[in-house]
Amino acid sequence: MMGALSPGDRVRVRDDYPVGHIRTPVYVRGHEGIVARAFGKFRNPETLAIGRDGMPMKVLFEVRFRQKDLWPNYSGSDNDTLLIDLYEHWLVKV
Amino acid sequence: MRTPNDIGGLDEGPVDVAIHDLTFWEKQIDALNMLLGAKGIRRTDENRRYIEMLGHDAYNTLSYYERWTASMSRLLIDKGYITQEEIDAKVAEIRGRLAKDAG
Amino acid sequence: MHDHDHHDHHHENDHAPVAKDEKIHSYYQILGLALKELLIEKGVITADEVRKAIEYRDSITPANGARMVVKAWTEPAYKVRLLADGVAASKELGLDPGALNLVVVENTPDIHNVIVCTLCSCYPRNILGLPPPWYKSREYRARVVREPRAVLAEFGTRLPETVEVRVHDSTADMRYLVLPMRPAGAENLDEATLAALVTRDCMIGVSLPQA
Repeated sequence: MMGALSPGDRVRVRDDYPVGHIRTPVYVRGHEGIVARAFGKFRNPETLAIGRDGMPMKVLFEVRFRQKDLWPNYSGSDNDTLLIDLYEHWLVKV
Repeated sequence: MRTPNDIGGLDEGPVDVAIHDLTFWEKQIDALNMLLGAKGIRRTDENRRYIEMLGHDAYNTLSYYERWTASMSRLLIDKGYITQEEIDAKVAEIRGRLAKDAG
Repeated sequence: MHDHDHHDHHHENDHAPVAKDEKIHSYYQILGLALKELLIEKGVITADEVRKAIEYRDSITPANGARMVVKAWTEPAYKVRLLADGVAASKELGLDPGALNLVVVENTPDIHNVIVCTLCSCYPRNILGLPPPWYKSREYRARVVREPRAVLAEFGTRLPETVEVRVHDSTADMRYLVLPMRPAGAENLDEATLAALVTRDCMIGVSLPQA
């Protein structure tokens, strides 16, 4: 599982809207970014939140987005970026 | 289709950068939450789920530590540590004490 | 009792919606105390544990992070270790990060980092203590991801267009701390004076150390 995505890979965040405790904010869903680094495996917050053990663990990635890709009228510099930590099951390799 | 806490990117006004110390009440709620975590009674993500379940109106009406209080109360009931009846009786008791102190 | 009731209801007559909110806030304030008393009565926690937990929180201050920053400014080898493994680097200074996964991000002439948790209030509490009120506010959480430069300006921080503003939304298990740049004019200051320049806001990334 760890090998499925690597730093430098282009990924799209799933544009899905399941009910429950989700740590993928709506503002990044459906957007494309680049995997910046992998942080290792962590228990899944979506099932920890309902009293389960959070297993199987999920790989956590730091994903980098260009701000002007996230926001249609971004007012800052073209160089500005946003980095966010997302679990593997929310990322699809492009 | 946002949960009430998922507010990244929404239009809001200026940030109030003023600093104020926590009240003793807020410190107590923080301590309770920390202790429940340390004793394995609640996980952080459970706490967050209960806060997200408050709905938009309650989430936006309650202060930060009031949301934590709401979350803890529901979690403790659902896990069988405390009943709603016990909470109601205790709330009435405390109100009585406060009224007596004020009167 | 009657005086108290009269006082309570005074605002309700003038501003009904406000009074409704006051009743809601009053209920939750009392509910918090009720939970504490019930948990103590049931033996789930003790009053002493509550007192010690409050003391523990009060004992953790941004000075911990400032020590790490100053050591990184003055010892290049420590800076390398700090950026590679924030947890181990904090332990080197005798700090207790607990279960914290600390990631330190470095400001450079080309990159300025700023930290937020849009979903709740994730923050390196075990190192810096509790977050400031604005960090938990709706305004900061909503806006800093979409218009970071405007939010930074509200803190008095204005950055050139050539600098990449890098917002970190800490949504998961990692907690972030910004390693600010050592300010110009701070070359000859001793460590205590340097540490005083490293405010909490500098380590969140909304301010710059001012020599």
